[in-house]
Amino acid sequence: MNDDPDAFTLGPLQAGPPCCEPQPLIQVRNLTLHYDGKTALDNVSLDIYKGCITALIGPSGCGKTSFLSAINRMTDLIPCCGIDGRILVDNQDIHHRDCDVQALRRRIGMVFQKPAPFPLSIRRNIALPLNEHGVTQKKEVAAITETVLRDVGLWGEVCDRLDASALSLSGGQQQRLCIARALALNPEILLMDEPCSALDPIASGVVEDLICRLQGRYTIVIVTHNLAQARRIANYAAFFWVRERTGQLVEFGRCRHIFESPREALTAAYVNGARG
Amino acid sequence: MFESAALRTRRKIRDCVAQGLIYLAVMLVSLVFFWLLVDLARGGMTHLSWAFLTESPRDAGRAGGIASILVSTLLILLVALVAAIPLAWSTAILLAELVPAESSFGRSVRFSLHVLAGVPSIVFGLFGNAFFSIYLGLGFSILSGGLTLACMLLPILTSTAEAGLRAVPDSYRLSAAALGLSRTAALTHLILPAAAPALAAGLLIGIGRALAETAALLFTSGYVDRMPGSLLDSGRALALHIFDLSMNVPGGDESAYASALMLVILLLCINILAMKLAYGLQRKKIMT
Repeated sequence: MNDDPDAFTLGPLQAGPPCCEPQPLIQVRNLTLHYDGKTALDNVSLDIYKGCITALIGPSGCGKTSFLSAINRMTDLIPCCGIDGRILVDNQDIHHRDCDVQALRRRIGMVFQKPAPFPLSIRRNIALPLNEHGVTQKKEVAAITETVLRDVGLWGEVCDRLDASALSLSGGQQQRLCIARALALNPEILLMDEPCSALDPIASGVVEDLICRLQGRYTIVIVTHNLAQARRIANYAAFFWVRERTGQLVEFGRCRHIFESPREALTAAYVNGARG
Repeated sequence: MFESAALRTRRKIRDCVAQGLIYLAVMLVSLVFFWLLVDLARGGMTHLSWAFLTESPRDAGRAGGIASILVSTLLILLVALVAAIPLAWSTAILLAELVPAESSFGRSVRFSLHVLAGVPSIVFGLFGNAFFSIYLGLGFSILSGGLTLACMLLPILTSTAEAGLRAVPDSYRLSAAALGLSRTAALTHLILPAAAPALAAGLLIGIGRALAETAALLFTSGYVDRMPGSLLDSGRALALHIFDLSMNVPGGDESAYASALMLVILLLCINILAMKLAYGLQRKKIMT
């Protein structure tokens, strides 16, 4: 392990491989989502490409977070939520009855809008999910803890107080700990629901840099209201809009196309700030 | 922005009066508590001694001590807690974690608990006597007294535990689920430790109520002031002893005072112990 506490194990900024030959990892087909019988998201089909960052943009209430939650079946936790259509991860239907939800969520990590560390020590925050997924060797847990804390650039800040409560960290540090906790399970996909919106601009910048660093190694789907951020970090963008209280996918494509030469007039109006 | 001096003075006076009334209310509440404590201490201190705690009562309680009464009280309490805690806390977990809050099942369970909480203790006593003492053949015993108390504690323990579990932020549950943790793991490692202070507070209210109970025990654990040999022996609880000494035994006032003082001391000790345990559990969870 590198002795320099500030060294990132993922290498320098924006070191991910370019997404020139996209391979779909998640295929969403005709996804319709209801809450209490009311349609929240209507007939969405799109591909999420391996190793790329896909940003979901659009106004509040257009179903971005619902779409994100459907990918790792967090929607199962909402009693009145119903889903039609198919979501394939690596060509396997996640709603198939043989699909193990806990294993699925291990493959697909999630980071929430508000940092939500457990009220445990920093060390235990990372060790608890590892223990529950069968990694119990103390040495192995310690090694993974160090690696992921280095990955999120938190090692140098917390290496001498791993036994302090995670709640004593600042908001930005807590959010990076949550990302580290998700990375510890070695997921393929990371879902991020506005991970910077509860943070101040400096902490937000640190987390944004971190997301760029993760590009290539993980497939990232990020919901963001910050269009400039989406433009800076994403390879692909999906623009959602709400019509008659129902969310719809308006346009999906390479980030550059969505922002510079969108096909739809609505997309152009939204990204230029004329609508939304 | 530029208000008159008179208006300002009037506002100041109103603030002062409101604050004064609030302080007065607080003083009155504290006064009642201190009056009770001082009165108990003045009447009971002279009689309270090591011998009083270690001897059995003689001459209907006028002489001797309260050793057998203390043992009976603690045994009844133990039986009640051992029977009530698993039932109450499992019910609370079911209501708070597994059943949707607005489901008809949850609502009917909650409604029956509310009704149970409102039942007068003498009715519990009669029920305990009919069911545990006569129908199950346990007779007048510490066991039937403890089980009757357990029925009384169920609604208190369940509703405080449910409120405590509901107060745990949903973000813990969501994060745990997103990390692929099972419901049991989330419950044992995160949600129960986070709710520990609320569980302890509920337990304290329950223990307070159990220690103070007289009517329900009159018909179930009985009246005998001998040292109990087993849980199937009859035993007199401390609250019942105080009631008997002050109402039925002429010349028993001093012993009654000392017993009451002992009851309050016992309650305070249990309070402090439970608080320490809950705090310790939380600390331990953070440090390991």
